[in-house]
Amino acid sequence: MATLRELSHREDLLEGGHRLCAGCGASIAVRQVLLGAGACDCQVVAGCATGCLEVSTTIYPYSSWKIPFIHNAFANSAATVSGVESAFKGLQRAGKIPADKKMKFVAFGGDGGTYDIGLQSLSGAMERGHDMVYVCYDNGAYMNTGIQRSGATPLGAWATTSEVGKVGQGKVQRRKDLTSIIADHHIPYVAQASISDWKDLTAKAEKAFSMEGAAFLNVFAPCPRGWRIPYDSTVEIAKSAVDTAFWPLFEVVDGEWKMTTRRVTRENRKPIEEFLKPQGRFKHLFKPENEALRAAVQDEVDRNFDYILKRAGQ
Amino acid sequence: MPKQKTIAATGNVLVAEAMRQCAPDMMAAYPITPQTTIVEEFAKFVANGRVHTEYVTVESEHSAMSACIGASAAGARVMTATSSQGLAYMWEELHIASGMRLPIVMANANRALSAPINIHCDHSDIMGARDTGWVILFAETAQEAYDNTIMSVRIAEHPDVLLPVMTTLDGFITTHSIDRAEVMDDETVSAFVGQYVPENALLDPERNVTHGAFAGLGGPYFEFKHSQRLAIERSRDVVKSVGAEWSEISGRPFGMVETFGMEDAEVAIVVIGSTAGNARHVARGLRAQGMKVGVVKVRCFRPFPYAELVQALSGVKAVAVLDRAESFGAEGGPLYLEVRSALYDLATRIPAVDYIYGLGGSDVKTELIERVFNDLADIAAGTAEPAGLVYLGAR
Repeated sequence: MATLRELSHREDLLEGGHRLCAGCGASIAVRQVLLGAGACDCQVVAGCATGCLEVSTTIYPYSSWKIPFIHNAFANSAATVSGVESAFKGLQRAGKIPADKKMKFVAFGGDGGTYDIGLQSLSGAMERGHDMVYVCYDNGAYMNTGIQRSGATPLGAWATTSEVGKVGQGKVQRRKDLTSIIADHHIPYVAQASISDWKDLTAKAEKAFSMEGAAFLNVFAPCPRGWRIPYDSTVEIAKSAVDTAFWPLFEVVDGEWKMTTRRVTRENRKPIEEFLKPQGRFKHLFKPENEALRAAVQDEVDRNFDYILKRAGQ
Repeated sequence: MPKQKTIAATGNVLVAEAMRQCAPDMMAAYPITPQTTIVEEFAKFVANGRVHTEYVTVESEHSAMSACIGASAAGARVMTATSSQGLAYMWEELHIASGMRLPIVMANANRALSAPINIHCDHSDIMGARDTGWVILFAETAQEAYDNTIMSVRIAEHPDVLLPVMTTLDGFITTHSIDRAEVMDDETVSAFVGQYVPENALLDPERNVTHGAFAGLGGPYFEFKHSQRLAIERSRDVVKSVGAEWSEISGRPFGMVETFGMEDAEVAIVVIGSTAGNARHVARGLRAQGMKVGVVKVRCFRPFPYAELVQALSGVKAVAVLDRAESFGAEGGPLYLEVRSALYDLATRIPAVDYIYGLGGSDVKTELIERVFNDLADIAAGTAEPAGLVYLGAR
């Protein structure tokens, strides 16, 4: 694992000057992932689904990507990058690219483009076992189109399509557990990480890029605009998600589940209120009449954490 | 010297053979009737080590075209095949492939679209893709499907074009019927198509290119679309010159439109695909009885050969267009709209009738085509008025 000093000497592959919002978690996620990719010491080619990250980093004729980059559409970041990786193999076999040349391929997508519309494309690419890393930056809603609920939006959260009103009190359904779904594809490496825990995240990225075959990283990446939080609290909120066990940090290496932080246990996890309270999207949960709903949110977090712990043998 | 051998094979086998000879670096494969035997045939080439192609068995047609786009942008020669619902499922990707100027070659087995579900031939699928910016070639026979596929690679990768090309053949009628065809030797095809040298390859180690950038917010989207229009206009000459070159090698003719009896025809049928053979057969019989009838077959639908069509039809007294697809609510089917538009350039107005026929594999009997010629003869003689839109042979 690279030390902070080593990481600081690696080149930042996403150039500043892009048009993402101040405090955006997505660019932090990308930069940490690509710092980890630096360990594989080979050229990396990136793809990205339609979304904030893509539109804000590739406004023609500019590009923030210091590596080859492709955007195709919303639902197909995984399929597109699987095509790039397949071209590499075909061109190697044709003798047009030297057989000993190494390249790595990474596909990015937000939670809308990964949990929802891109799930089939992702599942197919993982099942086929392309030598690629898929990275979901999860901010829990369709932020690019203006904060609509996705399969990753937490229970009870406000979004513009899970409104709060006289009858509605935010999202009715629980989150989809995407990381487990991808782990059940039995690929070499799957991990859940957060931008708040940079050491854990960059180490996971290093592992993902060092594996032969398909790897998946689900990275927690807050959106100040969508979550109604100050732009300078992105990292603190992400840390709070880890500390409350809303976002457990774990990895699955060749089918072996393992928690990757000792900081958070079933006993010492912080109450979910610490994560909810600073966020405008959960404001309604603190009305007296919504106490039961708040309790349901806590139950859901505990249920999910227990499930992950159980799979990790704890 | 080119060496050809005559074989008996289905259209799909011949398309797969042409694809093998063009040696794609990557192929995306997903099954759909009646295309499936193309990718099955190709899977055998892969299993037997006859191709270097990376064969990607995707989980949907949407991903098939998505992976093709990634691979083509990466710098590979890329092919795939689909049909019907599969082509429809690819729709957004068809626009992206042409908008990103990627020379992908795709075979389409022309088939009806649901609902009701139907697996047989018509042109609803391919006509739904007519405005996606692809060059579109139609085959009448298995031989033409073979020849068109080889030509497609050259057209797509031509530096003046750089657009994806669809090489289409009629579902079951051409895909599955065993036909006589001449197959060229591998070396000749290989020399004809040459090596693909990509201009902006993602995998070029010397450059960090960005593909698929955002051109909104007052950006040059409009100018990109204009450049696509200019490219497909340039493709007219490329289609013709590549066709002529392949004709020279193979000894088989190629025209944007191909005509029969048009030197003295007074009435004519315009048709696409496998039905052209039926139309010629009927025309031959009627001509033997002294009727001056002719047939105009459109082999290249995009870019549409307006000038060639006008040239072929000038002087006739009535025209029938056979449309194997609907454009519900429009004046007629897609081919009719193009033909009527082309005829506008003539000083004399030629009466035209649209016959919608053969949807969902509905039988195209010779009597029906004979009826069309007789209708035209009546219109030409001034004893009948054009009937507007006719559902030919509907029960």
